[in-house]
Amino acid sequence: MRTKRIQGLKFGLLSPKEIRKMSAAKVITADTYGEDGFPIELGLVNQRLGVIDPGLRCKTCGGRMGECPGHFGHIELAAPVMHIGYVKLIYKMLSATCRKCGKVLLEEEDRQQFLYEIGQQRERQADVGEVVKLIFKEAAKKDVCMHCGESFSVDAEDLSESLKNEEITNELKKRLEEQGNSLTETAHIKRSLDDKCIFNWREVPGNDSELLRSYLIDDFGLTWVKTAEFSKTQKDKRLTFSADKHVVEITLSSKRDKISIEFEDGRTYEQPVKKTAGKLNVHNYKWTLTDEEKVYILRRKGLELTVYCGERKRQIKYDKPTTYKEIDEDGKEHRLMPTDVRERLERIPDEDLALLGMDAKSARPEWMVLTVLPVPPVTARPSITLESGQRSEDDVTHKLVDIIRINQRFMENRDAGAPQLIIEDLWELLQYHISTYFDNDIAGVPPARHRSGRPLKTMAQRLKGKEGRFRGSLSGKRVNFSARTVISPDPDIDIGEVGVPEAIAKELTITVNVTERNLKLLSAAVGRGGKHPGANYVRRADGKKVKVTDINYEALSEELGVGWKVERHLVDGDIVLFNRQPSLHRLSIMAHYVRVMPGKTFRLNPSVCPPYNADYDGDEMNMHVLQTEEARAEAKILMAVQRNIISPRFGRPIIGGIHDYITGIFLLTRGVRKFEKEAVLDILDNVDIDVLDEPAGTFISSTYEKVPYWTNKQIFSMILPEDLNLNFRGKVCEKCIEKGLTCEKEQCPHEAYVLIQNGKLISGVIDEAAVGSFKGLIIDRIFRHYGEVASKEFINNTSRLAINAILRSGFSFGISDEDIPLEGKDQIREDAVHEAEKKVDALIMAYEAEELEALPGRTLEESLELLIMQSLGSARDEAGDIAERHLGIENPGVLMAKSGARGSLLNLTQMTACVGQQSVRGERISRGYQKRTLPHFKPDDRSADARGFVRASFKDGLSPTEYFFHAVGGREALVDTAVRTSQSGYFQRRLINALQDLEVKYDGTVRETRDTVVQFEYGEDGVDPSKSEGGNVVDIDKIIRAEVGVEVST
Amino acid sequence: MKKGNVSILEHESVPIHEIITNEELNALLNKYKIRKEQLPKIKSTDPVIKEMNAELGDVVEIRRSSRTAGTALSYRLVIK
Repeated sequence: MRTKRIQGLKFGLLSPKEIRKMSAAKVITADTYGEDGFPIELGLVNQRLGVIDPGLRCKTCGGRMGECPGHFGHIELAAPVMHIGYVKLIYKMLSATCRKCGKVLLEEEDRQQFLYEIGQQRERQADVGEVVKLIFKEAAKKDVCMHCGESFSVDAEDLSESLKNEEITNELKKRLEEQGNSLTETAHIKRSLDDKCIFNWREVPGNDSELLRSYLIDDFGLTWVKTAEFSKTQKDKRLTFSADKHVVEITLSSKRDKISIEFEDGRTYEQPVKKTAGKLNVHNYKWTLTDEEKVYILRRKGLELTVYCGERKRQIKYDKPTTYKEIDEDGKEHRLMPTDVRERLERIPDEDLALLGMDAKSARPEWMVLTVLPVPPVTARPSITLESGQRSEDDVTHKLVDIIRINQRFMENRDAGAPQLIIEDLWELLQYHISTYFDNDIAGVPPARHRSGRPLKTMAQRLKGKEGRFRGSLSGKRVNFSARTVISPDPDIDIGEVGVPEAIAKELTITVNVTERNLKLLSAAVGRGGKHPGANYVRRADGKKVKVTDINYEALSEELGVGWKVERHLVDGDIVLFNRQPSLHRLSIMAHYVRVMPGKTFRLNPSVCPPYNADYDGDEMNMHVLQTEEARAEAKILMAVQRNIISPRFGRPIIGGIHDYITGIFLLTRGVRKFEKEAVLDILDNVDIDVLDEPAGTFISSTYEKVPYWTNKQIFSMILPEDLNLNFRGKVCEKCIEKGLTCEKEQCPHEAYVLIQNGKLISGVIDEAAVGSFKGLIIDRIFRHYGEVASKEFINNTSRLAINAILRSGFSFGISDEDIPLEGKDQIREDAVHEAEKKVDALIMAYEAEELEALPGRTLEESLELLIMQSLGSARDEAGDIAERHLGIENPGVLMAKSGARGSLLNLTQMTACVGQQSVRGERISRGYQKRTLPHFKPDDRSADARGFVRASFKDGLSPTEYFFHAVGGREALVDTAVRTSQSGYFQRRLINALQDLEVKYDGTVRETRDTVVQFEYGEDGVDPSKSEGGNVVDIDKIIRAEVGVEVST
Repeated sequence: MKKGNVSILEHESVPIHEIITNEELNALLNKYKIRKEQLPKIKSTDPVIKEMNAELGDVVEIRRSSRTAGTALSYRLVIK
């Protein structure tokens, strides 16, 4: 395939000329099919617009269905109609241009400046939107046209700022009249500020005092300043010009928003200052002269005033959705019909269009008012034939029928000379139909409906939203060769496998070319007549596809030859992609090997749940069958489960033991236990080892025979690589070092110090830290040193070992496991809860007696709350500790929590000892009634139980008030998760859209598609997290240990 | 900058910014085989850029300390 680079995209409007040019047929009849069942000649399902019926040929191109892409037609509209997509832009254009000459209402200087800026933006390939927005704003502000009308000049050298408005007006009038122009009696002059800047404050004190000087001379007539001396004081904020006895001071206000000019006669003049990017600009004036009929703009150029007498602008009013009105001087509104609008838009000169962000070559503004409507080809709006033989047309066709009908009626009425009122009504109706043809979801417009009452799906509806063309058809598609069903666990299959129901295996196929080598096999498959390892279709050497049926399978099997293709069923060992939504990271789609099984669910090894974030409470997953050899190779190499054991997110295994696997391996490796051969073989059942290690020793049996035994740690060692050396502290570690005690290492009473030497587990118990998902230090080491196959095998073996072990001992956790002796209950009640409540009461007393001292940075109330929360929090912890002591390590709950299999000690505490303080937004519950949480309590009761402290355990059961508080706290947690998931989902979407085109190049830089550098080194450190040691570049300690064999303090 | 205030350039959270010379710039562009416009950009209105009086078209070197890489260098072109 040739690849081509898109150089650019150009968007434009279709001109009426172009619409007619590309049209294959003019459509004038509103009907589709005639009584004979054939399309009407000039109708909407014109045979020149393409074919949708098999067997027919297109009258334009002669192509058959599938060959002919379809052709556009057109409708000549009886009268111009607004295009609903551009009504806002049209409004802005009308407001920004002169009603008479059509030019954009900008002074020549501004115009040039803006054109320059737009040019700059275009050159940079940057957005011109901001500039255009500013132009629209500027131009809309003007109330008179500076382009049309006459202009004449008046000498105004001696007109100084010190003159009053009246004086200036009179003077100007006099002079204008002298020149033969006359102003009316009521003419008066207005001075206003313009946004033009004449100097930059920051530059003035330094190099540009000359500019300021000329400003004072030109605009204020202070001629003496020409030779005056310039000085600055007050940190450059006050500038002075002085000569002989004259002095003028210019001061920048402390807020830096205006300057004031102090004249020597004591008058001051203030001017606001515009702040742009740290620079201060002083505004210039604009003078406006107004009389009854005309507005004159006086423009200063040197010392001469030019007076323009231009067209007065009228305010445009836009009434949603498609009407424009013009307000005249008397405040009367005049409707602008689409014809008027079109005329005005036509008047905007090509040169001015750049200012409005348009390009005359690709889009003239008047094309936004439609005079011709393109009719999409029938292939874009195919009709469907119902079972009854009746034809059902597409929504777009329906809409077009409406448009043509009204269009025809409009023409007939107008030709017949119908009254203006009727014409206007029809015009309005035509506008409605064309508006809803484009978008049937316009605010303030009732949507056009189908006969059944369902709103029609017109153009915009086809494109918009999740199911629209972009998000639904282009970014996301439905695919073949895929299956979806519920997942369920199967610990007996490999982690890299997926159990596929036979029904699915028979439906999904892989196409194979028949060769001499596989001929027999495939022939047998075809000959099986639809039974499982069979085939669904064959493709003969001539390319003809034949379905394998009950009738022909034997013949096909016989006939099958080299060069044919067979679409065979999925069989064991085929590679497929397996996926669970939401696909948040790349591990959400991995390649598995098929294992066809009875049943109706996909079977998945529980160890692979973490990367998919799957569980078996009804989760469904998708499977995709790869169709090409390249895809299969790629999947095998890049996407196989074993390839993805280490997470690219944090550089540690994401696949590993969970739940029972951890408990099982924990129970097996704890302490030192001896097993006879039979037991050892039982435990090692299904585990992939070839030879049994030598027994650890012998003991004398009751029959005085020497019986060899193996230790539990030895059994685990058998699945470790022979030269593995590793030591670390497990999940059960009590963190003695952090507590300032010394680590007893091999002698650790909790067996937390795991030491593996030469593939032998010397000490320590295997728990979550060793083989669990997300941690899995042993898995991590095996993956890095022995590769993915070895680590996959290790995970498989560990799971089997763990299951065999847990099956031998049995394991359960029931309601009675939450019981603790009465003595423990008493301790919890007295020593923990009661003590804390007493403390809380004491704190409240101290607070009420105003003896409580506030914590730094807190109010008294906050301090009280904080202290109460603290003591109640520690009460629960204490209760938990007491409970833990009484439950003991043998308690299944404690066992699971400590080994990291499932649950936490907090969960256990809440079940057995005390649920603890409930909170909303991190504070004790204080909402509900006035000054109290529930009517059970006195107002302002700050005690523990009035503010949501639950002293009971779940096993004991909660009191009604406690139950309520627990529900309050629980609801917050629920709402939080609901809000978080939707927010993070959207955030994810935005991130993906922003980052999808970034690429790490061979020089290590991260660049986007234009080769612009985003990062000079991937991640600023060039580290691939999946190859890092849990996010760190190297684990120095590990390397030293491996090389020197010396324990490095950790 | 008002007198008595601390320059933001000296703040510990602000990485070191430095305007690079033409020779350095050429070496940089050569190294990555890019044009100046392909560098990451920084606005001239950025507080740091304003503070250090960098001009449009200057390229600043930004030196950040990184936990994994020691120091990470980045270059940005000052734009409008």
